[in-house]
Amino acid sequence: MSKTYHLTAPLSDEDVVQLKVGDIVYLSGIVYTARDTAHKKLIDLMDEGKELPFDVKGSVIYFVGPTPPKPGDPIGSAGPTTSYRMDSYSPRLINEMGQKGMIGKGKRNQEVIDACVKSKAIYFGATGGAGALLARQIKSAEVIAYPELGPEAIRRLEVVDFPLTVVNDTYGNDLYEIGRAKYEIKD
Amino acid sequence: MREIKYEDIVKAVRDHIIYSGTNLSKDALAALNKAYEEEESPVCKEVLKQLLENADIAANEARPLCQDTGLAVFFIKVGEDLKVVGGTLKDAINEGTRKGYEEGYFRASTCVWNTRANLKDEIGYNLPAIIHFDLVAGDGLEIEYAAKGGGSENVSRATVLPPAAGREGIVNFVKGVISDAGPNPCPPIIVGVGIGGTFENAAISSKHALFRTVGTTNEDPTLNDMESELMTKLNNLGIGAMGMGGRETVLGVHIEANPCHIASLPVSVNVQCHSSRHTSFKL
Repeated sequence: MSKTYHLTAPLSDEDVVQLKVGDIVYLSGIVYTARDTAHKKLIDLMDEGKELPFDVKGSVIYFVGPTPPKPGDPIGSAGPTTSYRMDSYSPRLINEMGQKGMIGKGKRNQEVIDACVKSKAIYFGATGGAGALLARQIKSAEVIAYPELGPEAIRRLEVVDFPLTVVNDTYGNDLYEIGRAKYEIKD
Repeated sequence: MREIKYEDIVKAVRDHIIYSGTNLSKDALAALNKAYEEEESPVCKEVLKQLLENADIAANEARPLCQDTGLAVFFIKVGEDLKVVGGTLKDAINEGTRKGYEEGYFRASTCVWNTRANLKDEIGYNLPAIIHFDLVAGDGLEIEYAAKGGGSENVSRATVLPPAAGREGIVNFVKGVISDAGPNPCPPIIVGVGIGGTFENAAISSKHALFRTVGTTNEDPTLNDMESELMTKLNNLGIGAMGMGGRETVLGVHIEANPCHIASLPVSVNVQCHSSRHTSFKL
């Protein structure tokens, strides 16, 4: 049976090892946004031995490119983008920099799943296409790097009870495979 | 010859873009409600509940349903006896698109293919629109519009089958595309299938099929039968809402078919996420 947790980011090893696929997590605290282009820039900085624009250790990165905020709002609609585009970058951030969480939607490759086991990290799924609903849980947003990327800039978000489902846990499980096998009807 | 003002087209396009980006189309909303009622999987039922809540919030607060407000896609039937005064029809569609996206606080998502630089400051906010014109008799102007997101576009595929593959080959191709797509295109999805014509005809037909009202039957009994078969087979994949495992994977399968070359059987599958933002209007 799936369990429900309330956690605060940044996350520790103790936070993540208790989680299993299908568990519901309401996440509060600090989350950073990054999509493909920002991820590539982070990896380039690592290759050059330079400092990254935020402390990746324990961090949760949300794969999102929000709409522009309406006047008075911290952020526009902000649901997850498809995560496989970050597959070539995530393992290094997890294994070498200590990233603990990713928020997105859609399948990850085996390298990401392996990194989640090896270095204890979680891939969380958020509901794609629920951008207006999810934005309500984001209390502040500040661009901290690459403003020229517009919606793809790195933002520091303060979130409260952001609703997530554990898709890949630290034990190598994949909710997409388990869930689908349960409901598949063979011809 | 009927005359229509450039500004009137710009305003109508702008208004329809903002409305459909914040108000989920009625057919998609009804289909999501039905999926919510019928879903057995608790985790998918929760996802569907969130989607219905999201549609409510977006409509009530005039917020984009999804942060991917898409590229603007138009199918336009222009009467040969219609004249646009004060500018060209194409410019009016693009200007209406720019205004709709910018003034609706929608995301500008067009970029240069290789540098990935966002084009909003160079050629305009979320421009160019993708426009398919059709010249028809009379003096009418009929515009079909949809906002097409990237996630569902990324899993879409086209191929040219040998004629011997036939109906079974088409069904298997569609099933393979949707099975491979899994959770990525934001299910429950609408599946547009284009058959026949040339390679590009099939792709364009599969796009246009997505503009049809969800829940309607195909006028062609052969295609309608294929749609029913595909609905069952695709839902049997067990993908479910957001791929978490469930019964409700597909809200509709829409097929458009064209005559084709004696040597070929082109097939294209274009996928639409659950956030189906489409509309049509006449001016």
